[in-house]
Amino acid sequence: MIVSRRWLEALLDRPLDARDVADRLTLHVAAVDAVVPLHQDLGDVLIARVLEVKKHPDADRLSLCLVDRGGGSAGGGRGGPVEVVCGAPNVQAGKIYPYAPVGAVLPGGVKLERKKIRGVESNGMLCSAKELGLGADHTGILELDTTAAPGTRFIDAMGIGDHQIVIDVPANRPDLLCHKGVARELGASIGAVVKLPAIPGGPADSRTAGLSARPPVRQSATGVVDGVEVRLEDPEGAPRYMIAVIRGARVGPSPTWLAARLTAVGQRPINNVVDATNYILFELNQPLHAFDLGRLRGPAVVVRRARPGEKIVTLDGVTRTLTADMTAICDAEHPTIVAGVMGSAESEVSADTRDLVLECAYFQPTRIRRTRRALELSSESSYRFERGIDMLGMPDALRRAIELIIAVAGGEVRAPALDLWPQPQQERTIFLRPERVSRLLGVTIERPEVERLLTAVGFFVAPKDARLAVQVPGWRPDVTREVDLIEEVARSKGYDAFPDELRPYRPGTVPDAPDERARARIREQLVRAGLLEARTLPLGPPDGPDAVPILNPLSAEEAHLRHRLVPGLVRRIEYNWANRNRDIRLFEVGTVFRKGTGTGAGGGGPEEWTSVAGVLTGARRPPHWSEGAKVPDMDIWDLKYHFALAVAVAAPSCDVRPATGGAVGWVAVERGGQLVGWAGPLEADAPVWAAPLFGFEVRLAAAQPDLGVYRPLPLQPPVERDLALVLPPGVTAAQVSDVLRRTVGPLLERLEVFDEYRGPGIPAGHRSVAWHCTFRDPERTLRERDVDALLARGLEALEGELGVRRRES
Amino acid sequence: MRDLLAALAELRERLKEIPQADERRLSGLKTEILGRRVGALTQILGRIPKLDPASKKEVGASANALKRAFEAAFAAREGELKRAAGTVTGVDLTMPGRAGWRGGLHLVTQVVDEICEIFRELGFTRAVGPEAETERYNFFALNFPKDHPALDAQDSFYLSGDILLRTHTSPVQIRTLERYPPPIRVVIPGQVYRRDPFDASHAPVFQQIEGLAVDEGITFVDFKATLATFARKFFAPDTRVRFRPSYFPFTEPSAEMDVQCQICKGVGCPTCKQTGWMEILGSGLVHPAVLENCGVDSERYTGFAWGMGPERIAMSRHGIPDIRVLFESDVRFLAQFAGGAR
Ligand SMILES: [Zn+2]
Repeated sequence: MIVSRRWLEALLDRPLDARDVADRLTLHVAAVDAVVPLHQDLGDVLIARVLEVKKHPDADRLSLCLVDRGGGSAGGGRGGPVEVVCGAPNVQAGKIYPYAPVGAVLPGGVKLERKKIRGVESNGMLCSAKELGLGADHTGILELDTTAAPGTRFIDAMGIGDHQIVIDVPANRPDLLCHKGVARELGASIGAVVKLPAIPGGPADSRTAGLSARPPVRQSATGVVDGVEVRLEDPEGAPRYMIAVIRGARVGPSPTWLAARLTAVGQRPINNVVDATNYILFELNQPLHAFDLGRLRGPAVVVRRARPGEKIVTLDGVTRTLTADMTAICDAEHPTIVAGVMGSAESEVSADTRDLVLECAYFQPTRIRRTRRALELSSESSYRFERGIDMLGMPDALRRAIELIIAVAGGEVRAPALDLWPQPQQERTIFLRPERVSRLLGVTIERPEVERLLTAVGFFVAPKDARLAVQVPGWRPDVTREVDLIEEVARSKGYDAFPDELRPYRPGTVPDAPDERARARIREQLVRAGLLEARTLPLGPPDGPDAVPILNPLSAEEAHLRHRLVPGLVRRIEYNWANRNRDIRLFEVGTVFRKGTGTGAGGGGPEEWTSVAGVLTGARRPPHWSEGAKVPDMDIWDLKYHFALAVAVAAPSCDVRPATGGAVGWVAVERGGQLVGWAGPLEADAPVWAAPLFGFEVRLAAAQPDLGVYRPLPLQPPVERDLALVLPPGVTAAQVSDVLRRTVGPLLERLEVFDEYRGPGIPAGHRSVAWHCTFRDPERTLRERDVDALLARGLEALEGELGVRRRES
Repeated sequence: MRDLLAALAELRERLKEIPQADERRLSGLKTEILGRRVGALTQILGRIPKLDPASKKEVGASANALKRAFEAAFAAREGELKRAAGTVTGVDLTMPGRAGWRGGLHLVTQVVDEICEIFRELGFTRAVGPEAETERYNFFALNFPKDHPALDAQDSFYLSGDILLRTHTSPVQIRTLERYPPPIRVVIPGQVYRRDPFDASHAPVFQQIEGLAVDEGITFVDFKATLATFARKFFAPDTRVRFRPSYFPFTEPSAEMDVQCQICKGVGCPTCKQTGWMEILGSGLVHPAVLENCGVDSERYTGFAWGMGPERIAMSRHGIPDIRVLFESDVRFLAQFAGGAR
């Protein structure tokens, strides 16, 4: 919401500082996003008086004006009158106009050059409203009514210097969508009272006599005003509906003051009637609709639900199809307005309009919201109706609108307005316990202060037993409970007025979430292993038949929730390659999704769980100058180590096994046989210089880690043996160690592979694998011959079960 | 005695050699003068007990003083040589050491952990909840009115009829209140989704940290105190904080907390749009309707809640201009913050 500082000044009848206004609003009402000074681009324009007007010697439509632009030397030359060529038909000697000297920069950034026009040099320019950015009128120069001396700066003389104050109005405060509402809040802060300023040129008593009192409320659905039949057939959509008829208006441009008010808040002036309704909208937050009585069939105004498929061409020229969920304002035959949203092009007020129908209504907020969304059509009116306007303030707004229209467009009102309100409502009353205010806010606030703070922002407060009966004004639909009033007290007083000393508290009953602990543990381990944590978007293309689609994605590439982390990480690897990073080790711990029975309440959602993934490529460690140029790149054995580490931490109950089916890689398998992780080489869009890429992913289990039991460190010396074995095709190292451990027993303390060999001396298809074995008996010192016996037992079993023999050297 | 004093004077001259001596000469000199058997000074000291008492005193004092002078001079020169040893012995100790790869947590994780840790000191445990939520948990139990403009700021991704990706971590407030009795003190970190196109200041997915405290007698003062304490612990002890009105359907009164801009220290700069303040979190006292929706007696219990965006906080604290940097995962960026957030 943009408010104008000058407009607020008019309502509070005092000068204001825009920055101060912004600070007060921010601290007590709503955040101010910006303060924008207006018309700073008119700083070069001066007030000038035309002393003499002559015909241009070579052009009938141009005149030569002798201009007094004060004593300054702006635009070159000494003080004193200068000659200016002017093309406007309305220039007259003796009158005052805005004057731009040579060198002035005008709105839009154009710098005025000295130039000859049809052979005569012009010392600057007399300006039209359009050239100054003050309106659409470019048919003539802007005639000024001012007593300021020539040479005075135009913005100072005309008082159009202004500030836009841009307020971030929250969705629950429709009252702040108009100047009166903002001024009311500001008034409470600075101790001033809001009073609507008199309308220049009005009201003329004789013509509005019938309106000086409120028109009677009719608790009925029909009525006639000045020959126009009004039927309220949809009181649910329009609980209160008012119509006035103004006859004999003349549609034309708005007076300068009105156009300036609207321009200051970023609105384009259209014509006096439409501008008057917009003025009321921005002053009082009452959207009004003026339409052409002459175009109404009947003439009648019928408020009803639209018929399915009924069509209307709205003001923006688009044909809209209505549904029965929408309220339409119709004449005897067709819809003329989509209620609360936009009128039809056909019934629009035009230059030929003489008789006006003026609608002042309350439309049901959710009805307007649904209509606006269904038609994808927003307007200043729909924005306000959706948030709820002041139903009780309608008669005052309508009366002021009529006064304003008659003042700026003429015409007269012959009959009082019609006020259809089948079920009238009163102000809401809420009871407030003063002690509850102090209890909730934590400091004692005396009852008179509570009353004062609430009264200042428009509440009517009366004592009722030990409580306060607080009447809520119609413009505050958000205030429905006691706690809402307590907020009013707190913000009016100012949040900064409350202390912020920490007091003792009781510990909570909620334990730490186990998943969070598990996530922290795996992150810590992978960081220790030298991986960098990445964060990728969980949205992407589908990565399998179980991928969960999003009904309303932002783009087709991000239309599914991820089912795995690795694809997103591979895209990050490619991004790093594109930036010429070669050595990359990333991991991510994140949520993944799959179609299925959801964890959320009600079931219907997807299955979601935490996944851990890593991707590795490039050098095994940073190169060091002492070891020559090249460090080997990571290979599948680096991958296996990282995968086993991740599985041990993230899914401690799982085994790592070689993948089946001929692929190089591993899987993590739960005791029940369920697959919860995998690791292997990855395909990617790699540059030629890139190293091989590997990745792994494992489902995170929230299990508590094994706490561990102390094992005494051995006191007996070990016996160490190297053992080179020849393995026939198909026999694995894991099989060999299993057999050795089983047959030798617990005295075999460690078993480590240290070499693998294929080639001469070994039968084709066979390989030699060498183990380093450590034997130890915790109770006594092992003798060599004990170890020989143990080894012999193992070798015998190896040969018998696997055909593995000791390598002959 | 005279000859001894002369010898001492001669030895004293040799002190001058020490500052120029290299390592080898130094050790030679040390042996020559202070050596246990052959040292010239050691020998003089050995002869002192045989002197008459008067000479003993004079020579002894002078010899011992000289010994201390030599010891100090040797120590000083040894220190000097040790410091310069690199170039002296041919090893350039400025050459880089041997490294392993250094891992690191993402900056956002670090900030989340840091924030949660501060709240842990204030008695808050960590809670979590699902990312796919029902409308009831995401909106209506949180007192969002149906068909209300307040929903416009929460543009959501829908998965089916009433299941959506949560737009905030606030639904976990409801889940916690439904499951645990007061007193409740939890922080709720997690991923949330908004249907916003990816640009410099918006991401369709980001982290949020929610907080909730509910107990008897919690007031606006406790609420302000807790969050202001957090700000002073997270930023700096003298950080200025302000609270101003706002609107959230699930808090009443609602407030926004600003801290003094960390870039300009409150003077005004482009980052803070010249205001000198940075918006840090949205907050307020728990709306009684939220407590009632969870079956908690809103007359007896009160509380406060807040939500903040660790990405935004990280960006403002570390001067990161574009949120997309946090999702690119360029290893050069990740390594910048691998050593810790500060
Ligand atoms: Zn700043």
